[in-house]
Amino acid sequence: MTQHDPLRPVRDLSRRRLLLGGAAVGAGALLTACTSNDNGSGDGGGEQVKAADSSANPNSAPGQKVVIGFSAPAADHGWLAAITKNAEAQAKVFSDVEFKTVAAGADAAAQRAALSTLISQKPNVIVMLPHDGKELNASGLEAMKAGIPVINLDRAFPDALAYRLQIKGDNYGMGVAAGRYIGEQMKAKGITNPIIGEIAGMDELELTKERSAGFAAELAVFGFKVANRRAARFTADTGQSEASQQLQALPKMDALWNHDDDQGIGVLAAIKQANRTEFIMVGGAGSKAAIDAIVADNSVLKATVTYSPSMASSAISLARLIGQGKGMSDLVELQVPKEITLASETITKENASQYAKLGF
Amino acid sequence: MTERTETAAPAGAAPPADRPSPVSPAPAGAPVHKGAGTPGNGTGRWSGDAGESFRRNLGLVGVLVVLIVIGIVTRPDLYSDMNWVGDNIMSILTLASVVGVVTVGMTFVIIGGGIDLSVGAIVALAGVWSTTVATQSYGAGGMIFTAVVVAVCVGLVNGFLISYGRLVPFIATLAMLVAARGLAAEISDKQTQVSNNATINGIASNDVLGIPVLVFILAGVVAAGWVLLNRTTFGRRTVAVGGNPEAARLAGINVRRHSMLLYALSGLCCGIAAIMLTAQANSAQAAMANLYELDAIAAAIIGGTLLSGGRGTIVGSLLGVIIFATITNLFAINGLSTEAQNMVKGGIIVAAVLVQQFRFKSLTQLLARNKLRSTN
Repeated sequence: MTQHDPLRPVRDLSRRRLLLGGAAVGAGALLTACTSNDNGSGDGGGEQVKAADSSANPNSAPGQKVVIGFSAPAADHGWLAAITKNAEAQAKVFSDVEFKTVAAGADAAAQRAALSTLISQKPNVIVMLPHDGKELNASGLEAMKAGIPVINLDRAFPDALAYRLQIKGDNYGMGVAAGRYIGEQMKAKGITNPIIGEIAGMDELELTKERSAGFAAELAVFGFKVANRRAARFTADTGQSEASQQLQALPKMDALWNHDDDQGIGVLAAIKQANRTEFIMVGGAGSKAAIDAIVADNSVLKATVTYSPSMASSAISLARLIGQGKGMSDLVELQVPKEITLASETITKENASQYAKLGF
Repeated sequence: MTERTETAAPAGAAPPADRPSPVSPAPAGAPVHKGAGTPGNGTGRWSGDAGESFRRNLGLVGVLVVLIVIGIVTRPDLYSDMNWVGDNIMSILTLASVVGVVTVGMTFVIIGGGIDLSVGAIVALAGVWSTTVATQSYGAGGMIFTAVVVAVCVGLVNGFLISYGRLVPFIATLAMLVAARGLAAEISDKQTQVSNNATINGIASNDVLGIPVLVFILAGVVAAGWVLLNRTTFGRRTVAVGGNPEAARLAGINVRRHSMLLYALSGLCCGIAAIMLTAQANSAQAAMANLYELDAIAAAIIGGTLLSGGRGTIVGSLLGVIIFATITNLFAINGLSTEAQNMVKGGIIVAAVLVQQFRFKSLTQLLARNKLRSTN
């Protein structure tokens, strides 16, 4: 570091400051330009929407106007970002839907406050992805009491009176789908006692426990079990560090299930850094990057099991039907059912083309 | 030691440091004890200080040996393969590399009497800023430049708020933690930004002579940090400012400017760490480097850095980081849960601090008591 001499002539100091200042302004201008993420073709995957085609489906013909209020936590993860993006895009498809979104804030308390405001504006239907189903149960009840049907997206309310419709993914089913794919692959390869690794998501979440339980149960059907399980935090950097340690624990491995494709970027990086190729890997959620990797078939990633944010698009379509008092046209019932659980689908190289537009 | 630091307020709360008066002695470390690394006015009492930090580091090496022995006993099948053992050592060092670089900067800040809670957020912001589509179009050089400049600037803002805005370091860097993660989320639109740059990604996948590049970077930063702390005026001033800011000011050190530079230095380390972490994960996102501030502070503390400033070693901090990485590795190879691992980490932090307190209090107090007794 330079010595500071207070007796140094002032002129010298000002010249130095001028140079430093100039460099700082230049770097600042350059860096500000560097915050752009526009690659000319839009970011990541496209929105997952169902086009309104009234000739094929009379339900999508414009009808009574429906105001849909929407609330989801600020996205800190690709999946949540896709949820909000999908809901907005699906609402735009319908000319008879007015979409009102309120920020859910940082935690359950903030979301409760935002929802009270939303309820007082009296939308026809509310679609919400709560921070926590238990904590937002009261808000659901409040809206239902005010005569506004509530659609719960993915995080269930404990109280059946708090919602009109619940649409969610199947975490246990995800584990089952991953376990089945790995079981069948091992059987096809004739491996009777495979060494199986698992990189889970955040362990304090209920959904992680369900996924792992489904995985273990399905593997048990084949007589297999997990040899090593590490919990990452749904981010690429934690996926990388947990995977790097799991690879040390299992010098030879036959299969690996990683719960989440976002953290999977890091898991795949760790596998590449360790030069390991002897096993197959299954992902989770169904991101665009993962589907692309499966199609390219140049890594250990051979399949991914879905937990699709397309449920947000479906939730908006169903909210519109509920608002208009219509049922689902393929069903006999005149009203939309009360609970819908999406099946977890397995994406492999063979069927990836069908899912390419559903990747997020 | 404890008696002396009780009077040492954090640098941010220091009384206004006037411009050094021309008549004050040159701040070239003249009042600093040779080798001891602490400005002492007593004699004898401080002479054992260098030996003390050496003994402490030896203790950490002992902990490391114990951890490795536990590994050998619990997984003899793995440890019997020498190729695996070599791989595993590199894996532990690689795991320690990113936090290690952050910890070097953190050690300087803590020795200087401050604290930097924003390091994880700075790593995330620098990582995200350097992996935008626009930045990646400038290639590896542009990405490294962006990460380093962004991180140093954030560090300078921290330092400016603390030194000249008179904010308590805890508050200023806590605010920066929230703000920098917010800005990172804004820039990345909360998405994971994949790095497509082969040179950057290669930092994590390439080795030289069988040693990963990341480990070389860690070694380089640690060596530079050691020289800066122990062999330069800057390092001596850091110890002086953290130990007793008022005395440092009277000795002619520009305490405010020095504290500001310490936060910029921490920012610089975060910028380097951001590139390393981006390379490892092949991507960056606003939530990355989560809680690195706690890992870095914990490593510095078990490495013997005094939280109130004025004392600490780079080697101790490095050993602290390696111990944490070895614990993670030990739990992974035994297939134990992350929860149990975190509990053990917490236990080790408490134990390390207790041992340090016990040693120091008892040694100095014992000596004082014995002296008293013999004179009576």
